[in-house]
Amino acid sequence: MTRARRIKVDMLARVEGEGGLTVRLKDGRVRELRLDIFEPPRFFEGFLRGRHFREVPDITARICGICPVAYQMSSCHALEAAAGVRVTGPLRDLRRLLYCGEWIESHALHVFLLHAPDFLGYDDAIGMAADHGAVVQKGLRLKKLGNAIVAKLGGREIHPINVCVGGFYRVPRRQELVAFVPELEWAREAAYRTVRWAAGLDFPDFSRDTEFVALRHPDEYPMNEGRLVSSRGLDIDVAEFEAHVVEEQVPYSNALHAAIRGRGAYACGPLARYNLNFDRLSPGARAAAAEAGLPVPCTNPFMSIVVRGVELLCAVEEALRLIAAYTEPDAPRVEVPVPEGTGHGCTEAPRGILYHRYRVGPDGLVREARIVPPTAQNQRSIEEDLLELVPRVADLPLEEATLRCEQAIRNYDPCISCATHFLRLRLERE
Amino acid sequence: MKRSKPRLAVFKFASCDGCQLTLLDCEDELLAVAGQVDIAYFPEASRAMAPGPYDLALVEGSITTPHDAERILQVRRRARVLVTIGACATAGGIQALRNFADVAEYARAVYPRPEYLETLAWSTPVSSHVPVDLELRGCPIDKGQLLEVISAYLAGRRPNLRRTSVCTECKARGTTCLLVAGGVPCLGPVTQAGCGALCPSYDRGCYGCFGPAESPNPPALAGRLAELGRGPDEVERLFRTFNAWAEAFRGGGRPA
Repeated sequence: MTRARRIKVDMLARVEGEGGLTVRLKDGRVRELRLDIFEPPRFFEGFLRGRHFREVPDITARICGICPVAYQMSSCHALEAAAGVRVTGPLRDLRRLLYCGEWIESHALHVFLLHAPDFLGYDDAIGMAADHGAVVQKGLRLKKLGNAIVAKLGGREIHPINVCVGGFYRVPRRQELVAFVPELEWAREAAYRTVRWAAGLDFPDFSRDTEFVALRHPDEYPMNEGRLVSSRGLDIDVAEFEAHVVEEQVPYSNALHAAIRGRGAYACGPLARYNLNFDRLSPGARAAAAEAGLPVPCTNPFMSIVVRGVELLCAVEEALRLIAAYTEPDAPRVEVPVPEGTGHGCTEAPRGILYHRYRVGPDGLVREARIVPPTAQNQRSIEEDLLELVPRVADLPLEEATLRCEQAIRNYDPCISCATHFLRLRLERE
Repeated sequence: MKRSKPRLAVFKFASCDGCQLTLLDCEDELLAVAGQVDIAYFPEASRAMAPGPYDLALVEGSITTPHDAERILQVRRRARVLVTIGACATAGGIQALRNFADVAEYARAVYPRPEYLETLAWSTPVSSHVPVDLELRGCPIDKGQLLEVISAYLAGRRPNLRRTSVCTECKARGTTCLLVAGGVPCLGPVTQAGCGALCPSYDRGCYGCFGPAESPNPPALAGRLAELGRGPDEVERLFRTFNAWAEAFRGGGRPA
């Protein structure tokens, strides 16, 4: 008996940006699987050329309204590397605190508003709020705190205006940051409970052997700096990224996806960071993960919601530590001369590593830009997860199978708006 | 008698998602808003996607593909009130920089197989394609202004949005003028209020997120910037960033 089925999601919901999924099955085998991206290209790498290097962090922020800080940070680090400037001391700490704010905001958004409804059986967090009001309220309060930290350091939550190459335009007074401590203390408890709560959700028995890639820093959980390492032995300076990551064509589509040279697909993001940096988590986060029975490594992408909870707690504890240690710097920024030449930067966006490279001329104008966002890197892993998952859910009622596929995509918190400007994807519409 | 709640829809075209995220960033008000309207179509937040017609449609993003040029016509047909939100939807956004360049060359620079792309040579605001009932400016939009628009809609009144310049907001909050006192390039005199004069309060010049103010005079500002020693290329870039294709900024400081 032959059975042909089709799983089709015209518009993926609760992801950032616009994409769809088409799966064709015959006799339980996947004949075609396609993650369609119909988000239009915006050509950032094109129009960055000719812009002054000091404008770059403001411009790249506009690639993504969800993680603008990540774009600003990778841009600044790449341009500072080209200039041979290092930002240290309180300015470095402020950047890390800003990144903590973005992680808290982005992870709270995803855990409570975008991902949790899949586990609890709702279309959205608003419907979920009717039955799980306290959970949604807690998520919103955590998200608000993350946004408040970004707004304090960045001027506003979306597209912060206070970040520049070399540091900031204005730095906060100590008491402005200390004011966050009571809410952060609440958040520490709330994030701890989030880990427990998330670990109690129902997870499909699923695991896929893949290469995890993340930054690794000698003594902290990675955000702004570190070497690029992987679960299969990669250990390189970020400047070597393009020598190790290639874009390959896959047989079932005309899409080119990022892959490690000679090995294939890899995954970045919370799971990769956690698996490669468990020993660098804040003490409370490490303890919460252990108490919740979260394995190391964790290879079930559906459990990324628990790992995001752990990182939420880590970011809260880091924020508390950074605020306690903060001393106001003498100047809001380090002077950065024209960074003539090439610079590379890679930082940990909430969704994974975000790589930037710039070549700048003697006039300070950008000659060439290259940006590889995390979702472009995870795209192939998402498809490989689906290839394994689909045959297992093929006999479920179509609605249920479709939902499970959507959930598998949302495991990666994909940001299609980011990825599109760079995804080498064929646009096919039916 | 219970009146049915107005149906809200949120549509996205070429954009960063930040303006629609502003709605989810209304952490204190989100559930209250959801109680007052029926969120019928908002893919970033919900799997439930109900067909139109909609009472209030918020549209983010600019029109950059042949497909989207068609889609915006359909959105307009299904929306009783259409509000564009943000610099992309109201002015074409940062991606309108292609309007001053060769988009085929951009495509070749970014994509190895540019022939796969379906893209227009222009990034244009929604108002170039369909009638728009209200434009909410900003890159991103301001949360307070978004809530004001939704509240005004629910109350059946006109929203209270200021069309003056950022300068008036600096004066209101008592920020020393960076341009006059420090010679810092600042688009405040020609940019619409709405952000609360954020950048000057952080010791940096305004870079024009909210687009041109009512009756701006970009050439006068460009002249002053030239006197301060800023070269013509720098002045042009200043005007041509997030609202590059807005009519008053399009000339890069030269008369439109």
